[in-house]
Amino acid sequence: MLLKTYNKIYDTDIGYSFFNSKIAVISSTIFFIILICSIFAGVVAPYNPFDPASVSLMDAFTPPVWSDGGNSSFILGTDQQGRDMFSTMIYGSRISLIVGFASIIFAMLLGVFLGITAGYIGGRYEIIVMRLTDVQLTIPSILMALLVDGIARAIISQSMHDEMAIYVLIFAIGISEWPQFARVSRASTLVEKNKEYVSASRIIGLSNVLIMFKHILPNILRPILVIATIGLALAIITESTLSFLGVGVPPTTPSLGTLIRFGNNFLFSGEWWITFFPAIFLIVLALSINLLGDWMRDALNPKLKKR
Amino acid sequence: MVVVAFVSFSLFNFVGDPVNSMTGEDASDERRAEVREVLGLNDPVYVQFSRFLGNVIQGDFGISYQLKREVSDLIAERMPATLELVFVSALIAIITGVILGVYTGIHRDSFISNLILVISLAGVSLPTFIIGIMLIYLFSVILGVLPSFGRGEVTELGFWTTGFLTTSGLKALILPSVTLSLFQMTYVIRLVRAEMMEILQTDYIKFAKARGIKKNIVNYKHALKNGLIPVITITGINIGTLIAFSIITETVFQWPGMGSLFIKAVYFVDIPIMSAYMIMVAFIFVMINFIVDITYYFIDPRIRLKEETN
Amino acid sequence: MSFLEVKNLNISYPTRKETIVASKNVEFKLERGEILGIVGESGSGKSTIANAIIDLIDPPGEITNGSIKIDNDELRDNNGIIQKFRGKKIGFVFQDPQTSLNPLFKIKDQLIETIQTHLNLTYKDALKKSIQLLKEVGIENAEKRIEDYPHQFSGGMRQRVVIALAISCEPDLIIADEPTTALDVSIQYQILELLKDLTKKRNLGVIIITHDMGVIAETTNKVIVMRHGLIVEQGDTKELLTNPKSNEAKSLVISVPPTNKKIDRFKLISPEGKEITSDSKNLTNNIIKSWGIRENKNQKLLKLNNISKIFDDKSLGSKISFGFKNNEANKAVKAVDNVSFELFEGETLGLVGESGSGKSTIAKIITGLVKPNNGEIYYNDLSLYNSKKKYQIDKSRGQIQMIFQDPYSSLNPRFKVRDIISEPIKFFQKNISKDELIQNVFDLIDIVGMTRQSLDRYPHEFSGGQRQRISIARALATRPRLLICDEPTSALDVSIQAQILNLLKDIQDELHLTMLFISHDLPVIRQMCNRIIVLKNGIMCETKDTEELFNNPEHNYTKELIRLMPKIESII
Repeated sequence: MLLKTYNKIYDTDIGYSFFNSKIAVISSTIFFIILICSIFAGVVAPYNPFDPASVSLMDAFTPPVWSDGGNSSFILGTDQQGRDMFSTMIYGSRISLIVGFASIIFAMLLGVFLGITAGYIGGRYEIIVMRLTDVQLTIPSILMALLVDGIARAIISQSMHDEMAIYVLIFAIGISEWPQFARVSRASTLVEKNKEYVSASRIIGLSNVLIMFKHILPNILRPILVIATIGLALAIITESTLSFLGVGVPPTTPSLGTLIRFGNNFLFSGEWWITFFPAIFLIVLALSINLLGDWMRDALNPKLKKR
Repeated sequence: MVVVAFVSFSLFNFVGDPVNSMTGEDASDERRAEVREVLGLNDPVYVQFSRFLGNVIQGDFGISYQLKREVSDLIAERMPATLELVFVSALIAIITGVILGVYTGIHRDSFISNLILVISLAGVSLPTFIIGIMLIYLFSVILGVLPSFGRGEVTELGFWTTGFLTTSGLKALILPSVTLSLFQMTYVIRLVRAEMMEILQTDYIKFAKARGIKKNIVNYKHALKNGLIPVITITGINIGTLIAFSIITETVFQWPGMGSLFIKAVYFVDIPIMSAYMIMVAFIFVMINFIVDITYYFIDPRIRLKEETN
Repeated sequence: MSFLEVKNLNISYPTRKETIVASKNVEFKLERGEILGIVGESGSGKSTIANAIIDLIDPPGEITNGSIKIDNDELRDNNGIIQKFRGKKIGFVFQDPQTSLNPLFKIKDQLIETIQTHLNLTYKDALKKSIQLLKEVGIENAEKRIEDYPHQFSGGMRQRVVIALAISCEPDLIIADEPTTALDVSIQYQILELLKDLTKKRNLGVIIITHDMGVIAETTNKVIVMRHGLIVEQGDTKELLTNPKSNEAKSLVISVPPTNKKIDRFKLISPEGKEITSDSKNLTNNIIKSWGIRENKNQKLLKLNNISKIFDDKSLGSKISFGFKNNEANKAVKAVDNVSFELFEGETLGLVGESGSGKSTIAKIITGLVKPNNGEIYYNDLSLYNSKKKYQIDKSRGQIQMIFQDPYSSLNPRFKVRDIISEPIKFFQKNISKDELIQNVFDLIDIVGMTRQSLDRYPHEFSGGQRQRISIARALATRPRLLICDEPTSALDVSIQAQILNLLKDIQDELHLTMLFISHDLPVIRQMCNRIIVLKNGIMCETKDTEELFNNPEHNYTKELIRLMPKIESII
């Protein structure tokens, strides 16, 4: 049964390209392992770093197990508060992934909706939407996120802000990434709109909403998927950057970026592992998503399909 | 666009309560009222708005809530550092990016191309701050050859301070500018590569080959000129992005530029600095866009000649 | 020893699942002063041979065997010679003049560069020669125009520039790959004349690759017929066209619509030699039952009154936003200019014209895809742009359906054939039962000559001709009275074209449809229509009954079109 499905997938061009690309297979495997680990963090991680009972300051600054002074109960060592690095990283990646996925879904819904409607309806509406994306595009994502965060800080009081931080972050990153989706889906919609099957649907008399979302949307999903994958990596990086700058998630629920920020303070004093492992973890995560996205872009591009 | 920038940033000016951040949450009511009066916060909104606009045009962004200094002075002090950093990074990113992009676009399947591509992908996946930390660790902590923070010695040239003229200034520039440029460089590589690959499959390239034009001329003259058109746009966006990412680099390297000023302002909700920074950045973006459009006009005959026929 | 000798040429494209043989044991000869035509349907491997001669086969294709000799020099696997011969000894003309010139270089630069690559000339001499060349290919004011960029030339003029480039270094052989397919009839004629002229004057060997038997008949001395990478027949053009021996050649020749007479149905022979008969006639019974019996009373069905459409090409959000505003508002194009005509039940009216004549725009206006600036359209005396009777208008719209030109874009690739056909049925009969719907879809797929199994497949699994059949089934699903066919066969091979035209005639007869048939192809129009309107630049030139128009054209433009169309009969 499983084999049959495998053969069926293998038989399609995409499937073939996937299984014949080592990079695609390896990167997606890594990505899914990280994804599953972070979803089941409570089971996978040996400690719960946020449970004060399991953390002891006595254990602080334990180096990884293979160095001098390492302790076998903390494989990758502990941080300045005595939390197990491995466990904090798993929990940290959970925060990073939640923010990444949520913001990219937010950006996708907003961007694709605006993009399709702009491309299909055209006219003044299209001009306004496209101007908006142009303006938004020239403002780099980091700046946009900082701006949103700055406003949020000004509106919401400090204590509320910590609670709201994750939503603010999702909103901030999402709002800075929607123009990509809007642009791609508008451009694809413009191409699709001029295809004759859309004219045929219009001649039949189907409503515009039906044409946009039943006929056109499935045909422009491929480039959107590519953007979403690459965007996910970008969102995770942006999140960690913001957290590194100290304007992301609050220190009580650290993401990978927050961990690196803490660790950075101890880099010069020799406790390199506190910043090193989360950094590597983040790179591996981002790289595997990017490799996957990169493969997808080439595999789904009919123009380059020559071999 | 200018209008958009101004509207969004002036809105900014009325968000939140600066009194709190200046006086602290537990200040007395009298003190608050006093501060309000000084800041003119009791005036109607439109008065504040027009005053704000007027001040901005005169280069007066108000007084920093936190540092209690003229914002325009703060910005002027720090702008040269940021611009020098961005300028050098942009040069590195674009020159290296174009060369590598063209190479990988032409030699599609060679080993070196694939290597460059994998490295460039790693570049996209490496957050700028991690690159910075790694470079500091390698060159400052382990090798100890380059400084890990600051601008080194700077020379005063009237209102402008430059790090270009001293060895320590140049040395201090190396790590931050490389850090800042890496991310953008990978973008340029991928863009140029994709563009070259598409162009090499067009009919006019095939026709040029069929006419017996030499391979190098086809690749480096016919294809390259077409391939460089989008680079102009990207350069424009790039510089904008570089300015934004300089916030991170400046934080990592403690570079005394506008970015680190801004990030502190975000911490302390120092709205005059934030709005001034945004306006400056928006202004720079608009200027860059303008320059990009003009460059297009001169490079692409299809745009230029459309004008003339009318 | 011949000038060009191709021997035992084998080319294959290895793909993942199979190796496609693009040419197999191809052998032919060409002498100076001869024009050789290579003809075949799409996928027959005719372009591959042209590319093989100058060693520009797209990867992963490769020559696996054989030899190509020019004046006894072996070209295959001989990079030094190939590089020297490209441009110098062999000139190449591509299909689409819009894309074969580099947009960023002046014509001058492209010409001089080519000349200086091969001939030992100074810049000044090369420039002089370039101007000479442009004059030779018929570009007026060559001294001035040489300073222009490609986009400043029209399509026909660009193809002349391409030819000038191809002959710039005095080649002995010119290979033209579908050189006129992208051009209008009148320009096609000029370009072919130019090629014939050059062949004579310069004693060139010319290979023309085309799918158009008319072009073959009018220009070539020798012809090769290809199918699936094999040469199925070659010989003297006249001999082959009048008396084809192989089944493949017979099938090709017999499918070409004759230009000099009207025939009822095409007699079809498959390339394997079997006669193809259509049985859709017997299958319409079910459809007629569900539609109710219709009779043609020769009543007026559609009436266009002074329709005009102006497209103003205001570029959206132009790139240049500061200072240099694009001022394109005054570049308005009158696509349709004061057009009026009537369409009667049961007839087929032809709209014929070259590109830019407004024929497709008229179709779009009738179907409601484009709103006219002026004028009125009446369907059964109901004004279609009357905003008050919205319900009736929507209902009438369902009775006007359209079949499109490009079978590759006219079906939604994400829908199964079943859904493509059932969607309009469900839309117009909201409470149709499931069984009835299935029966309806079966009837429709039967009538267009496809198997019921095809319902569960996606459009990309079908060939162009099959997709066009699906397209017809979809159009019939709304129970239309008026069928608009916008170049329904111009993307298809001739033998498929003949099948589709037969099918259209069959369903029209059986289902009493009225048709508006749009085409640039006069022979096709002649076969399909009772009455013809000739359009030029949006203006109606002439309206006449078909035979009357072809025998006694009045308008100069009509005369010109009829004179210039390539005629397969010209040498028979």
